[in-house]
Amino acid sequence: MTQAERDGGLPGQFQIFAATPLNTRNHQLQWLYRALFGLMTLILIVPVGIILGVLLVRGGPAISFEFLFSYPSDGMTAGGIWPALVGTMWLVAVSLIASVPVGVAAAVYLSEYAPDNWLTRGINLAIINLAGVPSIVHALFGVGAFVIFAGFGTSILAASLTLAVMTLPLVIVATRESLQAVPMAFREACWNMGATRWQTIRTVVLPNAISGILTGVILSVSRTAGETAPIMFTGAAFFFPFLPASVFDQTMAMAMHLFVISTAVPGAPDELKYGTALTLISLVLLMNAVSIWFRSYLRGKKKW
Amino acid sequence: MVGEEVKLSVRDLNISYGSQRALSSVSLDVHEHEIFGIIGPAGSGKTSFLRSLNRMEMLQENMTVDGSIVFDGHDISEIQNVYALRRHIGVVFPLPVGLPLSIYDNVALAPRLSGIKDKSALDEIVEQCLTRAALWDEVKDRLTALGSLLSGGQQQRLTIARALSQDPELLLLDEFSIAVDPVTTMRIEDVLKELKQEVTIILVTNLVQQARRLADRTAFFLGGELIEVGETEDLFSGKAEDQRTLDYLEGRFG
Repeated sequence: MTQAERDGGLPGQFQIFAATPLNTRNHQLQWLYRALFGLMTLILIVPVGIILGVLLVRGGPAISFEFLFSYPSDGMTAGGIWPALVGTMWLVAVSLIASVPVGVAAAVYLSEYAPDNWLTRGINLAIINLAGVPSIVHALFGVGAFVIFAGFGTSILAASLTLAVMTLPLVIVATRESLQAVPMAFREACWNMGATRWQTIRTVVLPNAISGILTGVILSVSRTAGETAPIMFTGAAFFFPFLPASVFDQTMAMAMHLFVISTAVPGAPDELKYGTALTLISLVLLMNAVSIWFRSYLRGKKKW
Repeated sequence: MVGEEVKLSVRDLNISYGSQRALSSVSLDVHEHEIFGIIGPAGSGKTSFLRSLNRMEMLQENMTVDGSIVFDGHDISEIQNVYALRRHIGVVFPLPVGLPLSIYDNVALAPRLSGIKDKSALDEIVEQCLTRAALWDEVKDRLTALGSLLSGGQQQRLTIARALSQDPELLLLDEFSIAVDPVTTMRIEDVLKELKQEVTIILVTNLVQQARRLADRTAFFLGGELIEVGETEDLFSGKAEDQRTLDYLEGRFG
């Protein structure tokens, strides 16, 4: 081998830049891993793409002004989904009203006030466990606690509260994480100015944690709108051809409606099912999009 | 300019973090309208000392303080309203902390916390404090911009302006020049020389020469103990009583 060959065909003085076998191997490995991780990412988005694609192709034609804004008819084999759409919005709104204040307050307590002792650690453990409870168990809890014990009956209120209990861990964990991401120096600066803990939380900590709190809200909106089990026995009706007048009414809901027309209504056209699923997904995406926009708007305003 | 009146009197102060002793039986007096320098290597208890003056042990679970600290004739461990105490004592940290609020709100925060709502009064405080901290000219046209986006040196002066907005009687500076360039450091030092007409200043610093330039009297901390206190000029002209002080000042260790 000539010197020039060993130098990778370069003139001798560039020898230090020539690739050694180890360099080459590292370079090849780096490409291998890049390709591997990229492939995994692709695998991740394939199901999402297929679901959206199928829904758009098969459900898209069903979507019309009339489909969205009219009542189901002919034993739910025709007509629209308006009461289910409205019902889902009720459920999401009422459960957020219940879960966000409680979840944020609990997270503030755990992050800003609670001493680090066995009780706090126990509470944190309980929250993580609450997140792992299957939704059907939440449903049974909701029947016992809200429908029967609290006497709300099968109603939007009982169903929403059940959903709220289910989504509380999401709100608490997301809020706590974002509170803890606020630098300690900010709090110390405030305390040294003679601010109380609450003044510090209100003026400096919460405003900087708001985008993280919204992440929790986004996650819980998606779950609330999509869950069927927790509302099945607590407030969602098989067929309820009216719009709910108050939180003590039963209601239809999108997820439940999809479940019903897919399994319990013989002869419901596929188009109707796909259309309902597409509307549900679009509704969730729309609500998420609004929160994400709002979050990035707030992020743009606050920086450190 | 050194008044003889004692502003802060510390006796037998011990500070521990859990079982770790940070400061052992420190006794010293700080006079009104002086700059009191504290020097010493890392881990000598300087910062712990400052924290105890503001009763930060109340906010830190494992920190315990005993001994007496008398501020303006009041034993601070007996003050019920620690928030009022902290308003009388301004603190500037080693790393600038521009709160993610506007420049105006950064300086108006402390007055607002103490109940001042009047817009024109706040405007006046903000302008006055930023001027005293030698920052007004640079930021007067963008008071609504975020304080946390200023440069490091500007943020440190913002922090000083914020500390002044409390109208403190005692100003604690903890190695304020660590993250600041030499020019800004000199500007802040000039500010401090002016300020001592009105406030008493405790200056913790790693820069021995900074203590020499600024401090009227200087204390030397080592390993959680107060080795000695003296007139800065005496210490630096070789009249320190303790050999360790001499060695430290002459750069033989630390």
